[in-house]
Amino acid sequence: MVMQISRSRKITNNVMLTLSGLCALLVVMVLFFILGYLLWNGATSLNWDFFTKLPKPIGETGGGMANAIVGSGKILLLATLIGVPLGFLAGVFLAEYSGRTFAFLLRYTVDLLNGVPSIVIGIVAYALVVKPMNGYSTLAGGVALGIMMIPIAVRTTEEFLRAIPNSLREGAMALGATKSKAIFTVVVPAAISGLTSGMMLNLARVAGETAPLLFTALGNMFWSPGWLHPSASLPVMIYNYATAPEDSLHAQAWAAGFVLLALVLGINVTARMIIARGPASARR
Amino acid sequence: MEQLKGGDEISYLITLACSIVIILIVVLLVGELWYNSQPAIKKFGFSFLTGTTWDPNGDVFGALPFLYGTVVTSIFALVLSVPLGVGAAIFLAEMAAPKLSNALTFLIELLAAVPSVIYGLLGIFVLVPILRKYVAPPLAMTHLPIFSGTFYGFSLLAAGLVLTIMVVPFIVSVSREVLLAVPVEQREASLAVGATKWETTWQVVLPNASTGILGSIFLALARALGETMAVTMVVGNTPTISTSLFSPGYSIAAAIANQFAEASGQLFIASLIFLGLVLFGLTIVINAVARILIIMTAQRGM
Amino acid sequence: MASPHPSRVLKETALPKTGEQESMQTAPSYKLVTRNLNFFYGSFQALYDIGMNISTHKVTAFIGPSGCGKSTYLRTMNRMNETIRNTHVEGDLLLDGANLLEMDVTGVRRRVGMVFQKSNPFPKSIYDNIAYGLRVNGVNKKSVVDEAVERSLQRAALWTEVKDKLAKPASALSGGQQQRLCIARALAVEPEVLLLDEPCSALDPIATLKIEELLFQIKDITTIVIVTHNMQQAARVADYTGFFFMGKLIEFDETRKIFQNPSKKETEDYVTGRFG
Repeated sequence: MVMQISRSRKITNNVMLTLSGLCALLVVMVLFFILGYLLWNGATSLNWDFFTKLPKPIGETGGGMANAIVGSGKILLLATLIGVPLGFLAGVFLAEYSGRTFAFLLRYTVDLLNGVPSIVIGIVAYALVVKPMNGYSTLAGGVALGIMMIPIAVRTTEEFLRAIPNSLREGAMALGATKSKAIFTVVVPAAISGLTSGMMLNLARVAGETAPLLFTALGNMFWSPGWLHPSASLPVMIYNYATAPEDSLHAQAWAAGFVLLALVLGINVTARMIIARGPASARR
Repeated sequence: MEQLKGGDEISYLITLACSIVIILIVVLLVGELWYNSQPAIKKFGFSFLTGTTWDPNGDVFGALPFLYGTVVTSIFALVLSVPLGVGAAIFLAEMAAPKLSNALTFLIELLAAVPSVIYGLLGIFVLVPILRKYVAPPLAMTHLPIFSGTFYGFSLLAAGLVLTIMVVPFIVSVSREVLLAVPVEQREASLAVGATKWETTWQVVLPNASTGILGSIFLALARALGETMAVTMVVGNTPTISTSLFSPGYSIAAAIANQFAEASGQLFIASLIFLGLVLFGLTIVINAVARILIIMTAQRGM
Repeated sequence: MASPHPSRVLKETALPKTGEQESMQTAPSYKLVTRNLNFFYGSFQALYDIGMNISTHKVTAFIGPSGCGKSTYLRTMNRMNETIRNTHVEGDLLLDGANLLEMDVTGVRRRVGMVFQKSNPFPKSIYDNIAYGLRVNGVNKKSVVDEAVERSLQRAALWTEVKDKLAKPASALSGGQQQRLCIARALAVEPEVLLLDEPCSALDPIATLKIEELLFQIKDITTIVIVTHNMQQAARVADYTGFFFMGKLIEFDETRKIFQNPSKKETEDYVTGRFG
């Protein structure tokens, strides 16, 4: 039996491994391309008007997206108020109180919710809020995004609380604290950097969502007073302007895209840095 | 269950209440989808999925064009993104030094955080023109049926490519973790009989990681199926079925996104919601398969 | 067997011809010669000036307390340490007179095989596990592979137990059987040297005995180097024994001498159980 150390094996080895490196390079380059392009096109279209003025009617140049920025802010605020407390407390239940069968049921349900496409969530929010109220509103948009925030809030909370060693809970209770006191005054603070980071990633994710807002908050060329009127939002404006036939609107879409991406990636990077630098108990 | 004192009971009840509310929300979600699509379910039943005409004026609704577009663009995205993504994961897990691997993985995971509408923006103004000028002509010259017909830009091809880019980071991220989890002893056993690094990766490490990688593919598929904005901005939004990727098309999510706000008439709206229900069902099944695969991976200890 | 031993074919086609090779022809009983070998993990020196001659068709054992460098030294012989980042070797390591450190590494590993501490069968069938090394090295003809698989399993004393279930997954075997499978897998590529790194440490006494028996039988077709933390095992199986301590080779001699009449005090302390 003759065995070869053939040259073709060596060549195959080098070629395939180089190819794999090229794949990685290609994927990373896409990121840089996206960032670069948005930076170039978006930053150049950005001006002070963008942040302060309302959109101009079709045909007129100028104007900005002040209402969309405020609108997004209001919708996201509402979403956070709905999704985070609900998700956080359910996560606390899973980590601290729950029995096994209920935990399985809850986790399964939460994972199910996480897998629902965002457009379907929009339909549900339409059915739950828009139809009964007979109108589109900031509230409906907030509900849609709030529902989307729940699964990640639950999962993050459960994971980070579970990562806190039992010795901390027992130490607090040995000093006379009740279980709930131990949880909220010792365990949660110990996990705070992980929890904060998780919530930031959660927010960044829904901040970029467009589909669920299309028929909940709908859109608005003007200011949206209060919570019960249709409202403009950054992602929807990008969509509308990008698909409009006017070049000046395209420029505004780039500007808005740049602002949105900067916001989303900025929150992402900050959140990850918090995890990387936080106390050991919050590290995964 | 342990004895709960004073403040404990309140805390227990409140957190339990929140958990129940969430379960109720999901039940409500499924219920609303089911209830509001009844008019369409009653009228069309299963033929909804096989009908090819979507005519809001004539009150005829067949979802096949949307199903077709959804499936074609998603499969296209998987066919391209799996080799690319697994290839990149191999580099990151087997070749790169840990610092480089972590840095690149961080960047690739940032790609996953880019909003869909941004991909759509770049799709419209960057990808489509490039396809029109540089990619479509050479593809047309192959005379393959999937590249036949005139190429206007907004097409199944464009949507498939955008989905590819969106889905690759997920495949890279999960595959890399799965590859890293393959025990070092497996690699050593292969190297020790004189195999090259590539032979070890291809014949030993990948088979070890195969279940997990398959799970990542299903997760990516679920994401691609539900993707809305980027697809609707480049797919052409035309409910046709064509063998050519050059032709414009539609997807379930894109159809809902485009038509829902202006839809009038109970049957129209119910049909759109029925579409949503179908999409919901599809993603549930695929996610469940993905979950099972990932659990199987963890149990095998790889 | 009518065909020439593969190592001869390989020598003629692949090894660099050096002056040393000619002079070494006068001492054909040394398979592996080490001279002034130093090994570093980064800036940490793990092996100090090792010099050793390993005799062909004999069993050589390395003993010593944990962390003394015996496994590190073993792994330099098939350059497995190169898979760890930031390591480097200084000195000479000669296989049949040619410097192993400068040869093509996959070729080295085919000629110097290894069996690991914990059995690590591939997630494939028993047959495919054994056939792996052959296939990867270009041997694909079914009849040749079939024969090699049977021969290797016979040599590893596993054939009768698995001959009817070659297609079954290797993971279905018991711990002792899996380790014998790994030995068969290593033997299939007909290595000139077989390195074993504490191969029995995870096995029960009966499985251990089976492996020790087969080592006796295969030393005629290869050269065996075994690391063991079990001194009785070294005394049972080895012709030569080397005692390592803190990265240095303290003493190397015939096993009988090491255990009954060691020259160095540290050796005597170790083999009489005063430490380690």
